[in-house]
Amino acid sequence: MTDLFLRSVFAENLALSFFLGICTFLAVSKRLETAVGLGIALTVVQAITVPINYLIFTHLLRPETWAALGLGDIDLTFLNLIAFIGVIAAMVQILEMVLDRFVPALYRALGIYLPLITVNCAILGGSLFMVERGYDFTESVVFGVGSGVGWALAIMALAAIRERLNYADIPGGLRGLGMAFIVTGLLSMGFTAFAGVGS
Amino acid sequence: MKALRTLYGPIIDNNPVTLQILGICSALAVTTSLSTALIMSVALTVVLMAGSLTISLIRHHIPTSIRLIVQITIIASLVIVTDQLIQAFAFELSQRLSIFVGLIVTNCLVLSRAEAFAMHNPPGISALDALGNGLGYSLILMIVGFVRELLGAGTLFGQTVFLSVHDGGWFVPLNLMLLAPSAFFILGLLIWVIRTIRPAQVEQTDFVLEPEIGEKTK
Repeated sequence: MTDLFLRSVFAENLALSFFLGICTFLAVSKRLETAVGLGIALTVVQAITVPINYLIFTHLLRPETWAALGLGDIDLTFLNLIAFIGVIAAMVQILEMVLDRFVPALYRALGIYLPLITVNCAILGGSLFMVERGYDFTESVVFGVGSGVGWALAIMALAAIRERLNYADIPGGLRGLGMAFIVTGLLSMGFTAFAGVGS
Repeated sequence: MKALRTLYGPIIDNNPVTLQILGICSALAVTTSLSTALIMSVALTVVLMAGSLTISLIRHHIPTSIRLIVQITIIASLVIVTDQLIQAFAFELSQRLSIFVGLIVTNCLVLSRAEAFAMHNPPGISALDALGNGLGYSLILMIVGFVRELLGAGTLFGQTVFLSVHDGGWFVPLNLMLLAPSAFFILGLLIWVIRTIRPAQVEQTDFVLEPEIGEKTK
């Protein structure tokens, strides 16, 4: 389990080795403060949606369930994309309402990032990887938390570096987006170096 | 004339990937070889066009409050069809594309064209705009795929171009090109090249640095 956790945080980091959620990753990493907010929000949503999608995939979409109910041979696994994105949108909405009702301070801090997360590839990608790699329930919980933490860690690191980059004299064409890509590449090399940790 | 501009604009001048950072999420992981990059480009362009066309056709019937859900459902259905087609006719490639065809659902490019263009424009021009953006995306994907496959394995579309040292040639494959970081470096350098040719795209700094204290003349 620790092995899976460390792997999903470092060596198989969603943002840096699978390019998931890179759009938001580059767009929202100009300031450390906002990056921390988005990172926390994403970790929470990821930790909730991956296990829920696991339950829905194994108990509603796979043919075994329908066969056990005596309904014949129904294989709904091709519906996984629509089911997952529906679950994600619904979870984000519910989380928004719960936070607004019980923790208004946190809602004000994270509120604007939550809608962004619905269409973040890292969230959908996490659920799809869970299916592709055949994780069981415990593994999907660990993977959900681990990959969320890894993504948050990466965006915080990039934001901290980009704040410093403001003081650097960068050639015109490379300023902004170009430099962000290069720095992300260097970060990605750093994270790949953790490949042996935990195994 | 306007139609032509809608088609050509997004390919270089207003490229969705290098200028607006849209749609790279799922793109870079499939660029280790040209054939996967090509399949991914075709899949995305088809989904983008079909999606924009459909959404534009029913734009007057979509209630504003639930438009995002309607758009995502349409896009997800199209992606499922595309994914099943690729699995049926190119199974080996679909294994190598892994989850990335499915991730077209959350590709920011598809949703942003639907939301920003197809919701307010008639079907014909929406389809053209989608085609232009799809081609702009494909161009970047193919360039990155070309560099990575050529330098990483010495091949193009699986055909040997540079004979590697293992087979008695002179070319030493650059393993870094097959790993994730190289995609970021290539895209960063590509943006540098494009912005050097088109200086209008250069980003302004948030503030100008004060000169060093010693350099101040007062």
